[in-house]
Amino acid sequence: MRETTLDNGLKVIVREEHAAPLASVWCWYRVGSKDERPGLTGVSHWVEHMNFKGTTNIPRDQVKGIIEQYGGSWNGYTWIDQTTYLETASRDAVDRMLFIESERMASCLYHPDDCESERTVIISELQGGENDPDQLLDQELTATAFKAHPYRHPTIGWLSDLESMSRDDLYGHYRRHYLPNNATLVIVGDVESDDVLRRVEQRFGGIAPGAQPSRIRTIEPDQTGERRLTIRKEGTTAYLKVGFHGPAARDERFVPLLVLDAVLTGAKGLNLWASFRTPPPQRSARLFRALVEQGLASSVSGALLPTEHPYLYTISATARSGVPLLSVEAALVEALNRLRAEGVTEPEVVKAKAQLKARLVFDNDSVTNIAHQLGYFETIGAADLLPHLPSRLAAVTAEDVGRVARDVLAESNRTVGWFDPLP
Amino acid sequence: MVRSAAVSVQTSRGLAPTRAVLDNGAVLLAKQTSATPAVAINLAMRAGSAHDPAGKPGTAWLLSRVIDRGTASRSAADIAEELDGRGITLTMTVTRHLFSIVCTCLAEDFDAVFDLLADIVINPSVPQTELAIRKGEVVTAIRQDEDNPAVRASEALMAVLYPDGHPYGRRTKGSIDVVDALTRDELCRFHDDRFAPSALAAVVVGDVEVAHVRDRAAARFGAWRRPAATTLTVASAAPASERRRVVIPMMNKAQADIAYGFVTIARSDPDYYAMWLMNNIFGQYSMGGRLGDNIRERQGMAYYATSSLDANIAPGPLVVRAGVAAANVDRAVASIDAEVARMVREGATAKELADSRTFLVGAIPRALETNAAIANFLQTEELFGLGLDYDANLPELLGAVTLDHVNAAARRGLDPDRASLVIAGPYADQR
Repeated sequence: MRETTLDNGLKVIVREEHAAPLASVWCWYRVGSKDERPGLTGVSHWVEHMNFKGTTNIPRDQVKGIIEQYGGSWNGYTWIDQTTYLETASRDAVDRMLFIESERMASCLYHPDDCESERTVIISELQGGENDPDQLLDQELTATAFKAHPYRHPTIGWLSDLESMSRDDLYGHYRRHYLPNNATLVIVGDVESDDVLRRVEQRFGGIAPGAQPSRIRTIEPDQTGERRLTIRKEGTTAYLKVGFHGPAARDERFVPLLVLDAVLTGAKGLNLWASFRTPPPQRSARLFRALVEQGLASSVSGALLPTEHPYLYTISATARSGVPLLSVEAALVEALNRLRAEGVTEPEVVKAKAQLKARLVFDNDSVTNIAHQLGYFETIGAADLLPHLPSRLAAVTAEDVGRVARDVLAESNRTVGWFDPLP
Repeated sequence: MVRSAAVSVQTSRGLAPTRAVLDNGAVLLAKQTSATPAVAINLAMRAGSAHDPAGKPGTAWLLSRVIDRGTASRSAADIAEELDGRGITLTMTVTRHLFSIVCTCLAEDFDAVFDLLADIVINPSVPQTELAIRKGEVVTAIRQDEDNPAVRASEALMAVLYPDGHPYGRRTKGSIDVVDALTRDELCRFHDDRFAPSALAAVVVGDVEVAHVRDRAAARFGAWRRPAATTLTVASAAPASERRRVVIPMMNKAQADIAYGFVTIARSDPDYYAMWLMNNIFGQYSMGGRLGDNIRERQGMAYYATSSLDANIAPGPLVVRAGVAAANVDRAVASIDAEVARMVREGATAKELADSRTFLVGAIPRALETNAAIANFLQTEELFGLGLDYDANLPELLGAVTLDHVNAAARRGLDPDRASLVIAGPYADQR
């Protein structure tokens, strides 16, 4: 793997993978919904949409097909810490992909008509999400668990902000954050590193750096007692979510908590782009046995996502038809309290580590997924975590897991959310 | 006693998988790769939901929830430990024709995992206690589907396109009353009737030698003896003679889902490649083809507007899907109608055909990058009898399609006057 930083501050990571005649290019920006102020929530995600609508040298009507002609796919996503864009295509398309990303960094158009047209597309995306009670509950739980840090608002934004934001708001956000010195470019695939680095310099070297965007300074205050919320809305199914303030990816408690999550709900892996596509191995996990095998819930899951600032560790359960949420919550709390009191066993830790070892292999099965991981961890300031994860996992003891359980799973650190359906 | 491994072995160019047929009729497809130290195992039985017994829709689905919860020699807890200890998740899928057990494991775990999967396929014990728990999960999932506009619209469209109990029109999960009433005996009978070596295609792709896979398959499946299941014949659905429209009011929802479609062709139809390209131009290329250009890009009405073609053993549907605000439903339907009519009336352009063809051919290496994707591709090859060199032939097959073929496929598959349409969401029919 080769890493370099151009004179304008662009970090570049190249990794050769010659198994298939493909290449994947990802361009990552350190801007996500945590970098938004009230009134402009959702601006990062909307900007992501606008950055597919033509540039100075890629006319609007030539966007369609620009990567498809190489058999390629393209996409992007925005989350709380980052915005990223990708193309995966034939290796012959590397220069084309670099051209697209260099244009996206510096030369997007933001035509007023396109901004207006995209406003309704994004509101449609928001409303499609609200059709899902589980997603609605997740949004409300996060907003309740955080009272100061901007992780509290949803990445897609609040509806009133989406209705009122202007073209200048969007373009200003783009100009402030889309800078070479605020980005990481990752190229993985059937390429030759020196050749790729030359092309990167040609495409990106002339883009001027800018003032580093200001970073949020707010630290979420410690939670001092349990918080609760209940959504009562027409529906057929009851959902429970319990969120605990957890460690950032760089925090030394993160890896033991990863093991704890595997003990509770099965190991997920750490690739936001790929891991969720395969459910975790969880039949013998503690909460699966306590909730699903006891006939209280039809599913249970845990989510510990690597983030730049401390985020949430969330446990979600779908109540089995006819089972009151109170019963599901009581069984969940009892299982968590027992774990806090008694700790975890050595065999549980061994199994969790084996699961994580396998999932880390499965996370890296394509050039697209490998490139995602390299850029993702760089962007949240935790690039060291990925290469050291196997050794750090190996070093985790049952005592470490017990300690992080007592710390994170405390009652005063939790927010409990119910979706209680009305008939 | 293990019988001889293979009575016939064929190989080919391109992906060049090895295909072997055990003397009990079970098919093995294997391909060695070395990009990651992992192996994808994909076991498919011709026992999908189309095989559900009369009046018992949901049988295959419920069996798929419980088949891996105990065998003659392993308890559910044993299986849980074997899988969880290796970081493996079994993904069970039930499509119209296939009942599949799929997983990826580390290469070092291949033997143990393959043995376990064979045991699950051949010797499930379907314990009563497990059945009761899994039934509760399925009932809850059906209740969740009832609250999901996208699922409601899609399932209702299939029921309209394939009426009168046609196997493609039934809900794969079944209904709550049927699932509640299904017994262990009925599930075991379904297994006895449909699970047989001659109905099995086992695909293994990954960091394991083909010879080893062949030996393992022979050892684990070679001695399995079951009479061949009766062949299922799925009739073609009668084409629609008029436009049909169903509204499912779901006033608690924020957005409406539209499902709009036609019964088109079988996978074996000579027009398949022309229909595939036509559909790509119409509702897939880049971000939703012409539909996406119109409804998302030009009118900003929807986050998604696409179409999909599901040519199957029997003629399958072409389905347009869009999610829109209630106020935009009528405008979105009119836009879909307009694009359908334009495709029929004017056809595609030569540039559109060239673009879609270049994309589909160019996308083949990407579609065959991972072990799991190759395994899935080989299962499709096997189900539809496409041949071991299908991946290598695909560029030629797509290359042979002319603009006249594409436009004839549009006229054959699409007709706004005979479209079937379902709207589910916060929308009340004004008509």
